[in-house]
Amino acid sequence: MAHMTPTPVLDPSDDKTMVLNMGPQHPSTHGVLRLVLEIDGETIVRIMPDIGYLHTGIEKTCEAKFYQQVVPLTDRIDYLCPMTNNLAYCLAVEKLLGLEIPPKAQWIRVMLNELTRINSHLVWLGTHAMDIGAMTVFLYCFREREDVLRLFEAVSGQRMMTSYFRIGGLALEPPLGFFDRVKDFNDRFPPNIDEYESLLTTNPIWTGRTKGIAQLSAEDAIALCATGPTLRASGVDVDLRRDKPYSGYEKFQFNVPVSNDGDVFARYVVRVQELRESQKIVKQALEGIPEGPVKADAPHVVLPDREKMKTQMEALIYHFKIVTEGFTVPEGEVYMPIESPRGEMGYYVVSDGTAKPYRVHMRSPSFANLQTLRKMCEGRLIADVVAAIGSIDIVLGDCDR
Amino acid sequence: MALQPAITDIEQLKDRPELARLLAWNAGAITGAKFDRNELTIWVDRTSLREACLTLKNDPQLQYNALADITCVDWYPKDPRFEVVYQLFSIPNKTYLRLKVRISGEDASLDSLVPIWPGANFFEREVFDLFGVRFDEHPNLKRIMMPEDWEGHPLRKDYPVEGYR
Repeated sequence: MAHMTPTPVLDPSDDKTMVLNMGPQHPSTHGVLRLVLEIDGETIVRIMPDIGYLHTGIEKTCEAKFYQQVVPLTDRIDYLCPMTNNLAYCLAVEKLLGLEIPPKAQWIRVMLNELTRINSHLVWLGTHAMDIGAMTVFLYCFREREDVLRLFEAVSGQRMMTSYFRIGGLALEPPLGFFDRVKDFNDRFPPNIDEYESLLTTNPIWTGRTKGIAQLSAEDAIALCATGPTLRASGVDVDLRRDKPYSGYEKFQFNVPVSNDGDVFARYVVRVQELRESQKIVKQALEGIPEGPVKADAPHVVLPDREKMKTQMEALIYHFKIVTEGFTVPEGEVYMPIESPRGEMGYYVVSDGTAKPYRVHMRSPSFANLQTLRKMCEGRLIADVVAAIGSIDIVLGDCDR
Repeated sequence: MALQPAITDIEQLKDRPELARLLAWNAGAITGAKFDRNELTIWVDRTSLREACLTLKNDPQLQYNALADITCVDWYPKDPRFEVVYQLFSIPNKTYLRLKVRISGEDASLDSLVPIWPGANFFEREVFDLFGVRFDEHPNLKRIMMPEDWEGHPLRKDYPVEGYR
């Protein structure tokens, strides 16, 4: 909220430009983003994003929690991809602990992460299209999103704040028949993507509003720390799932969509292609789920099963110790970047050897990607700002933390 | 995957290309190195941070052309108090490298990286806002998360977490 009193951008003697305030309650800013626009007629001279309205001090809160208590906080950072955040945090702490995760848990993590990506991209596509004026797409996207949320509810008991991953594996086995439900959804999803595309890709109004708009070159995208689809749409071929595989992604075959155009349309194409790739990854994950436990064999870190707790003395003791005093993590630091639907989601966790993290920092993709807005919009028309914001796919919870 | 003890001896890590390059550039500016959990950390003297980043960025082999993250850790009451942490990423090689700069609490300031990566802007503003570390030559060093009239820097370890401020 740095611009509560916006910097005087106007030269008093010069009446060429005016300052326009957009947000923080503007429906097209995807949350509480405030933009201070300096405009000359309909052309943007300067654009100043003002964030911080959703700052809740999660990084500070983490320092007062046990390691396992941080997991529910990570959901609340990016509420459109809770599982991605859970995964990044769990992987970071597991790396600090040197913990080996059973293959079945890794497999389910990958599957749920791709479902999360589908969920996030559907929300993005629906709202982005609605911003530009295509209302119908929103209804179709949210129809499928509802199915994904039902799957999340089945597996974790929650639609959005899932907190399903635990340090050392998963909270519990997925319920009976869950994989059949995922398969059912996954099999009927590709025609739905065709449906969205038939509404937009060749639509002259859509292409007119998106092609050649808000262009970003590859050099600018790298210099401005953009990641994810925003970077790939500018022609830079980076995907951490393929380049820095985590949680067993190296066992999956998928393509990384890249476009060289760098405009709003390119970002749309890249994300829609990603929907298809995610669907393929879910399919592969369903076909090859390994047998075995979903929790690591580390009784001092992983909570015991309920059944064991009631019958075995040791399990009860471990449960009591983990819940009351947490578990200690060896000293050290780890930066764990993963590919979230928006870009590089990195968790930097520092341990001082106690049961609480000394420092948890989240490198959130929305925060970094928002910086590209200036390059995209300055010198362009004011009507394109909305298209540009939508195409970066920011989540303000992720941005402000 | 049992944890290996961290290697903190510069002599043992000399064959790592990143460290070798920086040592060849200016051995006096490198104050430490650590290889732990498969991640390499190099401590750089605060006055030579920008040149170190440029060296890594412009090296034809290493090509650390992207800045992934900037953050800070407060080691209060130890001195030097702050450790500013830079994560660099090489897009051609797909490797990460961590640079660290130790700075004391009395004079918490260092060079801004905005001239090299304009995207450092928000990250440095965040560190300034939440830790009170100043970045010289930053184009717009203002609070970004907290309101402008906020007092104190919340992520410092001596910031009160309960009671009235």
